[in-house]
Amino acid sequence: MDFNFTEEQTMIRDSLARLIKDQYDFDTRRKVVASKDGWRPEMWAQFAELGLLAAPFSEEDGGLGGGPIDAMVVMEEFGKGLVVEPFLQTVVLAGGFLKAGTEAQKQDHLAALISGERVFAFAYAEPKGRYNLADLETTATKDGSGWKISGHKAVVIGAPWASHLIVTARTSGGRRDAKGVGVFIVAKDAKGVTTRDYPTVDGRRASEVHFDNVTVGADAVIGDPSDSLGLVEKVTDEAIAALCAEACGAMKVANAQTVDYSKTRKQFGTPIGKFQVLQHRMADMFIEHEQSISMTYMATLKLEEDEVTRKKAASAAKVRIGQAGRFVGQQSIQIHGGMGMTDELAIGHYFKRLTMIDSEFGNVDHHLKRYTELSAADVAVAAE
Amino acid sequence: MNLEFSPEEIAFRDEVRTFIRDNYPQELVGLGNREDLTREQFLAWHKILGKKGWSAPAWPQKYGGTGWTSTQRYIWSEENARVDALMPLPFGISMVGPVIYTFGNEEQKAKHLPGILAGDVWWAQGYSEPGAGSDLASLKTTAVRDGDHYILNGQKTWTTLAQHADWGFFLCRTDPSAKAQEGISFILVDMKSPGIEVRPIKLIDGTHEVNETWLTDVRVPVENLVGKENEGWTYAKFLLAHERSGIAGVARSKRGVERLRTIATQETMDGTPLIKTDEFARKISQLEIDLTALEFTELRTLASEAAGKGPGPESSILKIKGTEIQQRLTELTLEAVGNYGAPYARGMMHDGSNEVGVGPDYSNFSADSYFNMRKTSIYGGSNEIQRNIISKMILGL
Repeated sequence: MDFNFTEEQTMIRDSLARLIKDQYDFDTRRKVVASKDGWRPEMWAQFAELGLLAAPFSEEDGGLGGGPIDAMVVMEEFGKGLVVEPFLQTVVLAGGFLKAGTEAQKQDHLAALISGERVFAFAYAEPKGRYNLADLETTATKDGSGWKISGHKAVVIGAPWASHLIVTARTSGGRRDAKGVGVFIVAKDAKGVTTRDYPTVDGRRASEVHFDNVTVGADAVIGDPSDSLGLVEKVTDEAIAALCAEACGAMKVANAQTVDYSKTRKQFGTPIGKFQVLQHRMADMFIEHEQSISMTYMATLKLEEDEVTRKKAASAAKVRIGQAGRFVGQQSIQIHGGMGMTDELAIGHYFKRLTMIDSEFGNVDHHLKRYTELSAADVAVAAE
Repeated sequence: MNLEFSPEEIAFRDEVRTFIRDNYPQELVGLGNREDLTREQFLAWHKILGKKGWSAPAWPQKYGGTGWTSTQRYIWSEENARVDALMPLPFGISMVGPVIYTFGNEEQKAKHLPGILAGDVWWAQGYSEPGAGSDLASLKTTAVRDGDHYILNGQKTWTTLAQHADWGFFLCRTDPSAKAQEGISFILVDMKSPGIEVRPIKLIDGTHEVNETWLTDVRVPVENLVGKENEGWTYAKFLLAHERSGIAGVARSKRGVERLRTIATQETMDGTPLIKTDEFARKISQLEIDLTALEFTELRTLASEAAGKGPGPESSILKIKGTEIQQRLTELTLEAVGNYGAPYARGMMHDGSNEVGVGPDYSNFSADSYFNMRKTSIYGGSNEIQRNIISKMILGL
């Protein structure tokens, strides 16, 4: 057992932290988020140059030989800086799918992803599907050697910036069946793709994406088009682990800013940080952050284990971090008092990001339910 | 980073498992969660481990520790918890032992460490007083120098299992004019010394686990002072941080969750096993998830200890979360047994009685355990004090 980072991972962390400090200060971020594009492609190019986009991929796939821990390191720093660029969508999610793709797909898409030329978004959720990855009304029907895709994908994070979409669609069976889920790569400029772009409450951009008989070739299919739910679950579990790391970064800064604020803000002639009731609350915030780090390590380290272990780990982490993020976010605002309600202070933005993280890829209730069902399945298997 | 055990660690685990299977006393099986055992029962496993050289996994090898890595220690506690083994009492191994080998002189080490390791000497802790609980520094018991002796006077309370104790470690005020935390000394006391009286305190679960200890003109040789006079507070804090690092009880709580799951498959509501009801199943899930977070926090702490950092204020996290989980576990267990939480098993037993409890076996003592475990958020520095430690030492508030 080993909880140390490699030299490379430490280097990634340090150089990224420096970059964020120099070029991603809060005021700059605010301006970027409010700008027309809402992100900085030139920042993306710098990430590529630093090797961030290559870090989690194996050398055979053109990467630097890292893995989920490298993604964790990056995402934690992104969380600290409230970075909006779509590392999770492009590198963790699309990258996760492409790792399972064909050699041709890797050579085409993965190479362009790693170099920073191609940006992806993951179109999986639907207006009525909530967090169920198999609840799909979007369909993909056989069309000669290729496929025709039709449907509506909801809140596709990062889609306005993306050149390509990874799309889940039902190829057979009934709505919510486990079998019959396919995964497709679709160029956003393909005929029949329309988007409605909008900002999200936490400073990112998303789209409602409509597919109207969009034709793709056989080379657009990742994995088995009739049975890819397992792959979708694996990749989203990887995204959950990365998202947990982002939450840890955001909690760390939220806690630090709250502690600092409580040392300077006076009430009744005393810094509010001297009041025991607030000290205990900040101690609890600290504990929640530490427990979140532990869960992030745990989930990240179990991504390669058997399916049930991996899923339980991801769900456990998502539950704990959803709860921790809400607690830290809400208490940060409370302790900042009225100042916490103002847009000009960073703390409210950390709160908003932590709040959104809870609902991404399933909130506390969803994952508590999934964990419970997996535990029951575990017991049933053991009893056989 | 990785979670895998190396082949050596797996071999170690097998060795440990075999040793426990072959050597754990049969008559103690099933008693691992009880507080009302005899001195012999409490010490039996400790003595076996002492002979094997395994009674103090965390001590430096130089003083009789095992030299195990943090991972090996983790494996050790997991394997013991698997069979609900009674672990050595903390007073000697986790508390006074580390203070003696860290701050004591050579004579003290030679005199006391072997008995602690072997499980021959039972230690009691003399920290709390009626007027000094979480505010420990306000303690009043005095030690006044008289030639080559100290004369001790005062009253200690919550001296756990002192009815069996051979020796005690006491915090005493040696300089009454100094500020509260200065002027305290750490003194080892032979519990057979004239002037010591141990009186039982009966607790709400019906057990006699703690005592009041009265000290009236107790003469203690000056050589029993550990470290320097008036600097005992430093050693006291060191001891508490050590105590806290073992206090998380993760392996045991994991075993407790397993037990709870078994109970919840047998108890039913409207004909459905509790484990299959959403409400109860999710309570267990939440508990298990929080326990996983604690487990990995402990592993991180162990890893940083292995890197040469002693237990710091972070151990307060383990104390707070570990004890909260232990409490929730007994709370859910009591909830699970339903009506059969009510019979008072200890109340049905007379001395030497073999009377069988009512209800399923697992329901016996479920309420007692729940009542008893309320102590965990109070002892070892209350959880409120732990939050003070975090806010002051880590957050700088």
